[in-house]
Amino acid sequence: MNIIEHVGSFTKLMKLTLTIPDRWSMFGRQYVREIMKLGIDSIFIDIIISLFIGMAITIQMKLNMSNPILPGYLTGLAVRDTLLLEFSPTILCLILAGKVGSNIASEIGTMRITEQIDAIDIMGINSANYLILPKITAFISVIPSLVIISIFAGILGGLGVAEFTDTITVTEYTQGIQYSFVPFYVTYAIIKSMVFAFIISSVASYYGYTVKGGALEVGKNSTKAVVNSSIIILGSNFMLTKLLLT
Amino acid sequence: MIEVKNVSKSFHDGVKVLDNINTVFETGKTNLIIGQSGSGKTVLMKSTVGIHKVDEGHILYDGRDITKMNDNQIKMMHREIGMLFQGSALFDSMTVLENVMFPLDMFSDMDADAKRDRAIECLERVDLKRAIDLFPAEISGGMQKRAAIARAIVLNPKYLFCDEPNSGLDPKTSLMIDRLIQEITHEFNITTIINTHDMNSVMEIGENIVFIYKGQKGWQGNKDQVYDTGCQPLEDLIFASELYKKIKKAHFTLKD
Repeated sequence: MNIIEHVGSFTKLMKLTLTIPDRWSMFGRQYVREIMKLGIDSIFIDIIISLFIGMAITIQMKLNMSNPILPGYLTGLAVRDTLLLEFSPTILCLILAGKVGSNIASEIGTMRITEQIDAIDIMGINSANYLILPKITAFISVIPSLVIISIFAGILGGLGVAEFTDTITVTEYTQGIQYSFVPFYVTYAIIKSMVFAFIISSVASYYGYTVKGGALEVGKNSTKAVVNSSIIILGSNFMLTKLLLT
Repeated sequence: MIEVKNVSKSFHDGVKVLDNINTVFETGKTNLIIGQSGSGKTVLMKSTVGIHKVDEGHILYDGRDITKMNDNQIKMMHREIGMLFQGSALFDSMTVLENVMFPLDMFSDMDADAKRDRAIECLERVDLKRAIDLFPAEISGGMQKRAAIARAIVLNPKYLFCDEPNSGLDPKTSLMIDRLIQEITHEFNITTIINTHDMNSVMEIGENIVFIYKGQKGWQGNKDQVYDTGCQPLEDLIFASELYKKIKKAHFTLKD
């Protein structure tokens, strides 16, 4: 399939997916299940990654700003804005594209090759809507929380460096964290992450839903889902930054 | 009753997979579609269900032509159909009971207790009540087939389609599944269509057998008529093994 065919069949799948659910009670049940699986189960990795990245960024920023002309609080400010603008909404989503994207693609792909999706269709149910819509809506609604947790965990990581090492003082760090705060950056981070959540869940669902063959193809399509959603995230990150920040 | 009238179907390569098929699948009977691998029997079944759109011809469900229905009408039609898939197609993330309750959850307005009672009733019918809290991965292939049958009949379908119901099962379990499908067909007066190449099934439950050969209907009859069909490709298929050759010989010896 060439790229135009992929775009065409992706659009057709989304047209089937983004419709009113046959049964709201079943949608609700699936939605809660996906919130648990895609969101709650990602909190641990979210915190661990953000904590250590926050620590590393703090040390690197301090090293790069060791010039006495530069005020000490700049390190904290740079850490905060790096986390807020790029790490938590974008890099975290790239990491989640691996975890969540492969999970969605392999789950739906396995259902396809074991005829579970055919069984849903034969019952007269819109299988795309039943399986994919709860994943997309659950991931979009849970991603802002993951981003906020990541920002706080990263900042706490930096605070830990300030508290337990002599790289930077706690006063300098906290002053930087609070200095010249732009509230719109939080909105920007949340908007970006929600767009990325849609990309991850819809692209992974597409590659899972269109699997043909056996277990080998499920594995291949899971990999394609992660690679392609990562590329689309990087491209849209540039466009969203241009649109929202300039 | 399902009537298949002048149905033809070809795929992208232009080769006709089904060529002017005419047959009737009768209500209250186990209708078998048999044929060699690649003969077109799966395409016939999928075309009958509405998964494949036919190029020519008509398929009538008690007079309602599925080939003239739009996607929404086919979706509504599918609610009258139960289907048993080759690999059972139970949902891995649900228990046996939840699998059977799934169609009720989607389409029934019953309260939760009534749904549970109805699902348990169907599981009792297939002798699987003891496995209600187990997941599909925790039960045997035969039990999975029985759970899938329970799920297929939970909404009282008018039509039951079974795709290779005996694949991967031992002969004793296969026989049990065959008899269960036949009993359910008679009990609920369903139009049952079974796609198989298991000759035990042909001999056991073949009340109406349609033999497909190279995309065309080669023969139609019942299990008592298969010994003398005059159709060489069918004889080659059914009496391929030494065991069935002996059965055929014994049949004619007894008859004489």
